[in-house]
Amino acid sequence: MPIPDTETSSRTPAPDPVPGDVSLARLSLRVNGAVRELELDTRTTLLDALREALRLTGTKKGCDHGQCGACTVLVEGRRIYSCLTLAVMHEGESITTIEGLGTAEALHPMQAAFVKHDGYQCGYCTPGQICSAVAVLEEIEAGIPSHVSESLDAVRISDAEIRERMSGNICRCGAYANILDAINEVGGQPA
Amino acid sequence: MMPFTYERAQSPAAAAAAAARSPSAKFIAGGTNLLDLMKLRIERPGHLIDVNGLALDRIEPTAEGGLRIGALVRNTDLAADARVRRDYAVLARALLAGASGQLRNKATTAGNLLQRTRCPYFYDTDQPCNKREPGSGCGALAGYSRQLAVVGGSEACIATHPSDMAVGMRALDAVVETVRPDGATSEIPIEGFHRLPGETPQIETALQPGELITAVTLPPPVGGTHVYRKVRDRASYAFALVSVAAVIQRDGSGAVALGGVAPKPWRRAEADAALPQGAQASAAALMQGARPTEDNAFKLKLVERTLGAVLAEARS
Repeated sequence: MPIPDTETSSRTPAPDPVPGDVSLARLSLRVNGAVRELELDTRTTLLDALREALRLTGTKKGCDHGQCGACTVLVEGRRIYSCLTLAVMHEGESITTIEGLGTAEALHPMQAAFVKHDGYQCGYCTPGQICSAVAVLEEIEAGIPSHVSESLDAVRISDAEIRERMSGNICRCGAYANILDAINEVGGQPA
Repeated sequence: MMPFTYERAQSPAAAAAAAARSPSAKFIAGGTNLLDLMKLRIERPGHLIDVNGLALDRIEPTAEGGLRIGALVRNTDLAADARVRRDYAVLARALLAGASGQLRNKATTAGNLLQRTRCPYFYDTDQPCNKREPGSGCGALAGYSRQLAVVGGSEACIATHPSDMAVGMRALDAVVETVRPDGATSEIPIEGFHRLPGETPQIETALQPGELITAVTLPPPVGGTHVYRKVRDRASYAFALVSVAAVIQRDGSGAVALGGVAPKPWRRAEADAALPQGAQASAAALMQGARPTEDNAFKLKLVERTLGAVLAEARS
């Protein structure tokens, strides 16, 4: 928000904090179905709230600048980068992390498909890949078009659609071919 | 990030008034660009006014037969709206060419207009940048400028505006609606919304201190064939080297706007008028007065060729 400072403004002096002051906020999040009450520095990103305050370390911090996708979670059912949003902006909202999608005993179908198709090497990007992939299939199902959709009105699953829609999730190990196979299996397209 | 206080706005006018009271306040909506810049301490607001709770997230028809897009409509929802897909496809295509799915789910209509340049010298706080630190100089002019502006820049700044959405809106003659701290509303045609840098590249828009965008309106549909073509270094999730938004009618007339080449979405009436004569004539009008660097002179030819491809697609 460029709000230019001008010498000519007639504004009253600001109630801005003194640098170094920390501002705290109370908030409540519904994380993987459970309501969690928190008191956090207003600067806390949703990612840091999940990892540091709630100890849900499945969601990973990669670049912390919205470039890698490792921090992808579902907020109110939509995938976002948890590193580029403040926890305090999500008062009362429902957040699903990789821990909420499935468990070691009862894997989400996308988790099972990643295991079956070896959709990772080091695994660091995997929680973000899986959260993103689950949302991608829902977005295609909902008819939301993408850059590669030939028609804006008739969206169908294809390798090109999945690749384009997953472009916000980077895999440093380069497991892309197997990630594509895993998503195709869950999405109903033959690998 | 530097510490900041935080409040949730209760109404658009109250948000604008609160922003005007606090010189270092900023509005936050999607936050995808602002928080990135706050982490780098390029943006250092002392107070954040969260406008997400304001009911500005609807897309409604206007009395004139156009569309009013609330400031908080997310990029994904705008691109997927049936009316936008049908009547303003160049805007849907522009939106889908930008960012990633995760970002489009969060980024808002107003925030997209207000995003800052991705010039590497703006981002690197060890480098001079007149936009980030007025008076410090421009590292890009004699530096690495392959991505940067070829037209509309100045001796102080050759940063480009990074938005795809705004380029589509420029071709459609969108109008930005705002509310000011005193509660008065205002309409700013997108043509005059973004400013050229001149000697004050830190002032990027026509907004006054505290002024809040409430909506963007589109005029009634003009028909024609809508094309958005983006040329970039990767097939996805990259900013434009050159992008072309075009609405072309059957008789060859139309509107064309460019991204990736200027400090604002770039359109010229002479270039629109030259469209029936073809890409060469129209591109020459768009690029008139261009002052490229050695690194980015290729963009002049790229504009002409991309526009040529767009016009061929529109004819087919």
